[in-house]
Amino acid sequence: MTTEVPQSLIDEVLTAVGSTPDRLLQILVGLQSRLDYLPPALISRLAARLGIARARVEGVAGFYSFLHLAPAGRYRVRFSDNIVDRMLGSEALSEAMCARLGVRPGELSEDGRVMISTTSCTGMGDQGPALLVNDRAIGRLDPQRVSEICDLILHDTPLAAWPPELFAIDDNIRRADALLTSHLAPGSALAAAMALGREGWLAQVQASRLRGRGGAGFTTAVKWLACRDAPGERKVVVCNADEGEPGTFKDRVLLHRHAELVFEGMTLAAWATGAREGFLYLRGEYAWLRPRLEAVLAARRAAGLLGAGILGATGFDFDIAIHLGAGAYVCGEETSLLESLEGKRGTPRIRPPFPVTHGYLGHPTVVNNVETLAKTCLIARDGGAAFAASGTAQSAGTKLLSISGDCARPGVYEYPFGVSIQQVLDDCGAVDVLAVQVGGASGVTIAPYEFHRRIAFEDVPSAGAFMVFDSSRDIFEVARNFVHFFAHESCGFCTPCRVGTALLKGYMDKLADGHGALQDLADIDWLDRLLKNASHCGLGSSAPNPVVDTLLKFRPAYERRIQHADFQPAFDLDGALARAREMTGRDDAGAHLDSGTGVIR
Amino acid sequence: MSGTFLLDGQPVPFEPGQTILEAARAAGRYIPHLCWHPDFPPHGSCKLCIVKVAGRHVSGCAMPAKEGWEVESDTPEMNGERRALLQMLFVEGNHFCPSCEKSGDCQLQALAYDLEMLTPRFDHFFPDRPVDASHPEVLLDFNRCIYCELCVRASRDKDGKSVFALTNRGIHKHLVVNAESGRLADTDFAADDMAANICPVGVILHKRVGFAVAIGERTYDRAPIHEVAMRPEAASDD
Amino acid sequence: MIEQRKLRVATVSLAGCFGCHMSFLDIDEHLFELLERIEFDRSPLTDIKHCGPCDIGLVEGGVCNAENVHVLREFRANCRTLVALGACAINGGLPAQRNHLDIGACLDEVYRSRPGLARAQVPNDPELPLLLDKVHPIHEVVRVDYFLPGCPPSGEAIWKFLSDLVNGRTPRVTGPLLHFD
Ligand SMILES: Cc1cc2nc3c(=O)[nH]c(=O)nc-3n(C[C@H](O)[C@H](O)[C@H](O)COP(=O)(O)O)c2cc1C
Ligand code: SF4
Ligand code: SF4
Ligand code: SF4
Ligand code: FES
Repeated sequence: MTTEVPQSLIDEVLTAVGSTPDRLLQILVGLQSRLDYLPPALISRLAARLGIARARVEGVAGFYSFLHLAPAGRYRVRFSDNIVDRMLGSEALSEAMCARLGVRPGELSEDGRVMISTTSCTGMGDQGPALLVNDRAIGRLDPQRVSEICDLILHDTPLAAWPPELFAIDDNIRRADALLTSHLAPGSALAAAMALGREGWLAQVQASRLRGRGGAGFTTAVKWLACRDAPGERKVVVCNADEGEPGTFKDRVLLHRHAELVFEGMTLAAWATGAREGFLYLRGEYAWLRPRLEAVLAARRAAGLLGAGILGATGFDFDIAIHLGAGAYVCGEETSLLESLEGKRGTPRIRPPFPVTHGYLGHPTVVNNVETLAKTCLIARDGGAAFAASGTAQSAGTKLLSISGDCARPGVYEYPFGVSIQQVLDDCGAVDVLAVQVGGASGVTIAPYEFHRRIAFEDVPSAGAFMVFDSSRDIFEVARNFVHFFAHESCGFCTPCRVGTALLKGYMDKLADGHGALQDLADIDWLDRLLKNASHCGLGSSAPNPVVDTLLKFRPAYERRIQHADFQPAFDLDGALARAREMTGRDDAGAHLDSGTGVIR
Repeated sequence: MSGTFLLDGQPVPFEPGQTILEAARAAGRYIPHLCWHPDFPPHGSCKLCIVKVAGRHVSGCAMPAKEGWEVESDTPEMNGERRALLQMLFVEGNHFCPSCEKSGDCQLQALAYDLEMLTPRFDHFFPDRPVDASHPEVLLDFNRCIYCELCVRASRDKDGKSVFALTNRGIHKHLVVNAESGRLADTDFAADDMAANICPVGVILHKRVGFAVAIGERTYDRAPIHEVAMRPEAASDD
Repeated sequence: MIEQRKLRVATVSLAGCFGCHMSFLDIDEHLFELLERIEFDRSPLTDIKHCGPCDIGLVEGGVCNAENVHVLREFRANCRTLVALGACAINGGLPAQRNHLDIGACLDEVYRSRPGLARAQVPNDPELPLLLDKVHPIHEVVRVDYFLPGCPPSGEAIWKFLSDLVNGRTPRVTGPLLHFD
């Protein structure tokens, strides 16, 4: 199929998002949403227009799951495939939709209208099962809503004309503390920080002992200072809103309800570091938030809170641009994020050097999580000491938790650091709990004997996810779901993760398919170790976490799947003869192999 | 700053900014590597160069040396992990050495010999990867690619052509060439490009030179890779 | 004290070319030395049809059909130590280069689509073993204890390997003896 791509369309997108190679991803995202896919001729023309190799454009387009190099339908429906969505029935709903629309999962319908597939967690665990259709999100799926969606698709109703209530998304704030109860007038935190001077402001951030909420828990003031002091005039502030960790959605709620705080936090970081440029890297799954965020930015510009001479201070110039991701969890890793911001494949960089000295386009760059930046507004308002007064010795302040799974009240909960897991379980109405996955797929699996442990950097650290599994759940399937997630999201740069996550997935599937042997557990241990030790970035090194933890704490879930004391092939031997049976028409005893019994020696 | 670190207990001096692997080489000490090449900045993808420093694993090719570090490299533990990484590279592609023109001159194979890899151990993926024979002088057999990106880097940074790039991701990552047809013949690739002569394995092969040197008399048939790699001329060798 | 009886050795070629067996015979005068310590069970070198209890099983070739599976399982069940001998046993080798093709299409091409084929039918005699959809290295079908690469492994390598094994040393084949081609 060849599609003539009007030059005017390319021009329109280039005019809107810029025409330099570092805008490549944004250009591709823009073209994808206008054309439904990126035909080969378009790739060639775009490359020529940008003056870069065609292969590079193809390479970037091929990296991101939401960009399609082949026709993918006018309606691209992606069911969120996190374990929590599955527990809420996403698989049956997706099957029903496929049946109704007459398509097979992952395949384009014959009329080219629709493709139904799965995607990694869409950040709607509190109101799943959820799906994305093109760049819109729909939650709280049930058979009625699925049927309504099918009708709309079958009638070719443009997305813009779909009933708005389908797209309604709840914030589900269940427990609010310092941050979620703060009613800061736009600019007030900034004015307070500016009154302290840049040095004075940094001193308050230092006193607050604020640590990053994105996972690694790095001390924010240290990062800001390092960026400020790094050689180079041009400094950059990046807000990491990639929120790809399965089971996390608290940044979604912050961006939806408290975007002012996030942008003000970025501006506070600019005040501290001297940055003039800011980027919000927004995951593609949250593209629906963009119009609101742009409106907030516009209002802030109008109010003199962004742009040149912020709040009348000459020389304090700072503005923020929103960049969209396109379906790649690894882009949450800060150096992948920077590559992606530069319009490249989201492959993690070699560190050192770190972003604070060599970040966006080589300039010193602060990368902070959404929640981290929002929190800095509280420091500006109340002072560092007041901020540090809540929480624990090594974990100052509060933490937003995204709670989902088997509990009565899923949603966002804000607690001072140090809250016990049991307390959280009680508050969200979880009973008969088998396990809690804290920190997402790359986090820790907590068994009941550890429910007294506390959410804090010094005990159970968490980027925010808190997924509850009750005793009706099969924890092996939870771990297997996460292993599939990592294999799907591995960027493929380094050997141990590219191949190791695929192998690990193979072993988990082998066990699930009833081909498990004791030897497999030893092999899984070995792969876990290689991934942890040899991987290039945090994705690969944390990929084995759910397996390591569940093997340790829920070993019977694995042992139950061991069919053979020693060895069993991973593939179905009898099934491997099926094609030859079909071709010869044979079905005699000799045309079959006993797959079930491995030879035990 | 310059200084000295210990590599498997022996002192190795280093210059400011030198990586562990570079300093080791300068001191005549070999650390295995596949994606590292003396003419290019470190890449860090193959992880064959992993070493252990204070209990942490780091890439020797990419990590700047530091004063006083105790680096473990040629140990059963590190070599065991390296062997497993080689096994991963073997099972993810299709490596049938007896029918590969690169056999005996291949760095992957030579490293497997050095590290006594007797079996690929894991289950093979047997991927379906194409061969591109369109170019008059050079054949591409993608079955053997290890994604070191040396061809990508050489073509882009030395030849100024960008004939190669990677697309897709994870285990589906693969090379593409710079042509809408996907054929090498439709690019400006030339047999004397640096990119045509840098592949450490048997992907980018010159046509009509097959078996010019007999099996048994090739580079790594004559000397192990830990010797060959340390020769000065190895610097810009294929 | 270790009993000084002769070790029973079985050998077989599955989807292989007998090259590894030929190489085995290449150990020349060492064969006599070896025969002082071993005796053959099932092997192309003997007439024994089924493998009995053995100390060592040497398997050449990969697994391409149902019969290969049966024989390999018989070897695994009877041999204390099972050795993958040569490239094909280790990674499928040349036969495995069909693995990216659909076996149905291959059969069709060979037996049905060629012009001039009188009997346009894929042979369906129950005596003939059915082909597996892929050729597998033997370690993907049974547990394997040792691997000796090479296409074929040289007589020298085989001799070193076997003399290690019969003398109770963990077999080790390194340096010039270790080859994949
Ligand atoms: C695979 C991977 C994914 C990550 N995803 C995110 C993310 O979605 N959001 C985030 O803030 N940090 C994420 N991080 C952590 C970032 O690399 C970085 O540490 C963080 O953005 C720093 O911000 P902070 O100091 O405010 O926490 C991720 C890290 C890895 C290794
Ligand atoms: S660990 Fe995984 S995600 Fe990270 S660089 Fe390696 S392949 Fe990419
Ligand atoms: S590339 Fe190297 S390892 Fe792969 S088949 Fe060729 S010689 Fe063997
Ligand atoms: S073709 Fe060769 S040089 Fe290029 S990435 Fe693959 S292995 Fe490396
Ligand atoms: S040589 Fe260091 S990662 Fe490849």
